[in-house]
Amino acid sequence: MRGSLAAIAILAWRNLWRNHRRTLVMLLAITVGVWAMIFMAALMRGMTDQMVRNGLETLPGEVQIHHPDFRRDPSVVNSMAPPSGPLLHALQQPPVAAWSARVRVPAVVASERESRGVTLLGVDPAAEEAIGAAPGEIVAGRFLADGDDRGLVIGAGLARRLETGLGKRVVIMSQDPDNNVAERGARIVGVYRARFEDTEERFVYGGRAAVQEMLGIGAQVTEVALTANDYRHTGDWYPRIAAAAGDGLEVLPWTELNSYLGAMLALQDGFSLVFMVVIFLSLSFGLVNTLVMAVFERVREIGLMQALGMRPGLILAQVLLESLYLLCLGLLAGNVLAVATIKPLESGIDISKVAEGMAMMGMGTTLYPALSTWDMAMSTAVVVILGLLASILPAWRAARLDPVIALNKT
Amino acid sequence: MSAIVCRDLCRTYHQGEAVITALDHVSLEMDEGAFACLSGPSGSGKTTLLNVMGGLDTPDSGEITVAGRRVDQLSRGERADMRLHTIGFVFQSYNLIPVLSARENVEFVMQVQGVPARQRRALADQVLAEVGLAGMEDRRPGELSGGQQQRVAVARAIASKPALVLADEPTANLDTRSAAQLMDLFVALNRDRGVTFVLSTHDVRVMGYARRLIRMRDGRIVGDEQQEPHPMKVE
Repeated sequence: MRGSLAAIAILAWRNLWRNHRRTLVMLLAITVGVWAMIFMAALMRGMTDQMVRNGLETLPGEVQIHHPDFRRDPSVVNSMAPPSGPLLHALQQPPVAAWSARVRVPAVVASERESRGVTLLGVDPAAEEAIGAAPGEIVAGRFLADGDDRGLVIGAGLARRLETGLGKRVVIMSQDPDNNVAERGARIVGVYRARFEDTEERFVYGGRAAVQEMLGIGAQVTEVALTANDYRHTGDWYPRIAAAAGDGLEVLPWTELNSYLGAMLALQDGFSLVFMVVIFLSLSFGLVNTLVMAVFERVREIGLMQALGMRPGLILAQVLLESLYLLCLGLLAGNVLAVATIKPLESGIDISKVAEGMAMMGMGTTLYPALSTWDMAMSTAVVVILGLLASILPAWRAARLDPVIALNKT
Repeated sequence: MSAIVCRDLCRTYHQGEAVITALDHVSLEMDEGAFACLSGPSGSGKTTLLNVMGGLDTPDSGEITVAGRRVDQLSRGERADMRLHTIGFVFQSYNLIPVLSARENVEFVMQVQGVPARQRRALADQVLAEVGLAGMEDRRPGELSGGQQQRVAVARAIASKPALVLADEPTANLDTRSAAQLMDLFVALNRDRGVTFVLSTHDVRVMGYARRLIRMRDGRIVGDEQQEPHPMKVE
């Protein structure tokens, strides 16, 4: 068997180069096809990554812990004690990179001219920075100094709506656990700018202790947000957090907290696969044609090999091996070309001309193609599996040739 | 012991609506070490009989036994195995694999048989020298003359030491001198190695080499006689 395989391996390789021009044209087609598959997947992955990251910034975190009723009724009534015991221990273990216990309640903020409904976030600024949920750009003033900071940080969009600004006082109002109005005056210590105006108008940051004091909830918080800085594998580790949190708390990954974002991830992988299959299907016609021609030109030779005692299975394997050589060479060249063209673009492609449309999809003005070994592996699998499937018909026809008819072929 | 036993072989082909009888109740026995020649005009059934003996074709009816095995009862794969291990073929038009060198062509059958590389290389070189092609081992078929190519085909046919060599019009494409050299080679291999040779030809000079001459016409054996070999003389 080993000898037979060695024989067909040599034959397949040499047969591949019998018609240099045809082989090189097909090789070029496979190379470009593989490059297109990986390039498209890298663009899509870059877009999805950006959308998900942007989404996770405002969510925030890859996993959140709440009182079981908080998502249905996000008020202080449904608050919880800050992490302690086994949950605190679990939050301090890898892969959890950072976590932040926060107070998040609906509120109204009023300036001397306007008032707006907002979401008041009582945060520890250091923890908020660690989970990547702190405002990205402070355009005036500063961010909160610590959890006891009594100032407020509002978005530039909200400042515009309220016709207020840095250093001005505003009144923030919400409900305490007894459904009484809880309010206090606070000075604006910072104005931030976010990627999306909606974010700027929606979130108001205050020191966690100051917000807890205003609401009269002691050390209670409404959510714990945590991150492992690897949103694609949240499903692997969040059950351990859920187990540590116990039955009294709800622990949800970002895919369930924001099902639109979760669907995006699945869609991206699905779309990439569909793109790869579509690209390869168009290539496969050329591949099949190449093999059919190669078999047609060698009918007598195949008859001879059968006459010499080569089993039909070996003839089939030889044609498939010829196809596999071609596919592997194309894959190698395509992957090299993809790495060479995508790597320099990973620092970003300026898409500001279509930024408005992109913003609607939750993206910024720069697209960052993301080269992924998974996409390279997937394109390799698609090319090899579909390529061999497409090669089966010509290989089968070669194997089923009648040696007497084949030997007499002129 | 008989190398080949044919009993009542029939084989017909359909060409459009016409039915062509290639073998019509053919029966014969061939002893081991025989040197036999099938002769007759084109369409007499010589090639079909060789193909059936070699398991390349199957009879519509009748029995064929080669080296003790009922060829007509074997599956396609089993017939391939039988050809690989028992039979050497020499065809009219050289039929070498063009991407392989002379040595690799000779090694090919042994390689598929699983003979270790060093052993098959030594055997291939030895057999190529035996057929007069020493020094041409690395040439590809395109770099050899017709006679040399046919010698490579013979070397390939005998290198794996088959019990039977079937040669279909082996000299048809050769000039007189090359044909005589090839036939001398066949005779020597038959004599020295004891290989059974069955040739088909309609060349009377080739028939002269055979010790047994079987004449065919319209798919039937019309003559079967032992003869004293009388090889052609080439100036």
